[in-house]
Amino acid sequence: MASLKDMRNRIASVKATRKITKAMQMVAAAKLRRAQDAATAARPYAERMARVLGNVTASVANKSGASPLLVGTGKDQVHLLIVMTAERGLCGGFNTNIARLARQDAIRLLKEGKTVKILTVGRKGYDSLRRDYARQVVDRVDLKGVKQLTFANAEDIAHKVLAMFDAGEFDVATVYFSEFKSVIAQKPTALQLIPATIPEGQASGSLNVYEYEPSEEEILGYLLTRNISTQIFRGLLENAASEQGARMSAMDNATRNAGDMINKLTIRYNRQRQANITKELIEIISGAEAL
Amino acid sequence: MAGTFKFELVSPERILLSEDAEQVIVPGMDGQFTVLAGHAPVISTLRPGVLDAQLAGGRRRVFVRGGFAEVGPEHLTVLTQHMLDLQHIDAEKLASEVASAEQMLAEAKDDAARMVAIEAVERLKELRA
Repeated sequence: MASLKDMRNRIASVKATRKITKAMQMVAAAKLRRAQDAATAARPYAERMARVLGNVTASVANKSGASPLLVGTGKDQVHLLIVMTAERGLCGGFNTNIARLARQDAIRLLKEGKTVKILTVGRKGYDSLRRDYARQVVDRVDLKGVKQLTFANAEDIAHKVLAMFDAGEFDVATVYFSEFKSVIAQKPTALQLIPATIPEGQASGSLNVYEYEPSEEEILGYLLTRNISTQIFRGLLENAASEQGARMSAMDNATRNAGDMINKLTIRYNRQRQANITKELIEIISGAEAL
Repeated sequence: MAGTFKFELVSPERILLSEDAEQVIVPGMDGQFTVLAGHAPVISTLRPGVLDAQLAGGRRRVFVRGGFAEVGPEHLTVLTQHMLDLQHIDAEKLASEVASAEQMLAEAKDDAARMVAIEAVERLKELRA
């Protein structure tokens, strides 16, 4: 049995831990609000982009010779997996879930005899994937110094991806990120980037009525390149919000667990203390009786 | 002037402007065009230049560095990645913009470079005005 002093130390240390997790939870909550705002603010651009893209595609798609960004290279031999994770841990299953989804796909693709290449964004994904797929990881992007994500971050990644695509280094690109459903629910998601998945032209009534300046093909080409950055940006923002959400609930759990533990330890400590007092009393009394 | 239409200026990060406008001059890729209410639907890419909007609350001039515009009878949506509001601007800010444009010019190749050159020139014109 641990001595009273040991138990006091133990309680103090758990209390300190609880303070830390509580602070982390509050920081995550504040950051979550900001990340959520950023994600919401970015939505209109993505929506309008998708709408226009849908319209343009509908009027162009039938023509042959469309951009390979849209119709693909005609092969699907080499797959590029863009795995986006956080820079830091202590956020529950957030990083693990994304990495797991990517790993499952990698295993499936490898089994089918395809070539897999991996581009990781964020340190955690790189750390977890390099163990099994050191040879497949072709590049990595760190967002360590980035406080507030900007579109420029997404563009950097998009340029990298496009450069690889133009060099014919892969046929299909998929991004992996965590979709922000709510504070407690984040869903790891795979989204095919190249060839582009185009939302069906919702505004089917207004189809083909647009005039295009310059030509439709040129606009489509421009939009498709932009679309890559936009999708990546969306992924990054969703990820940022999910990460903070996951961290918040993880830290909330940790705080609660620490509280439970403190209660248990305190009860045990008090019992022990009382037992000691009783024992001493018995010793004194029986000593007195013996006289 | 017949009525107003909805004018939206959207960047990837947020909606920059969403107001009713009477008239907007857009620097289209194939030349400037003016959008009034009831304009025929057009989708156009933009060259770097100045968006000149006649809003309900007054004139607003915004510099955009490329992007594209979607025009409908009742709306104009401009999506751009980089913009500079000419309303609250000082010489210093403008100078730094010109510098960054010139840096882009130095880094860019052929076609893109020409675009940026136009942009830089236009900036300098702005500066004098």
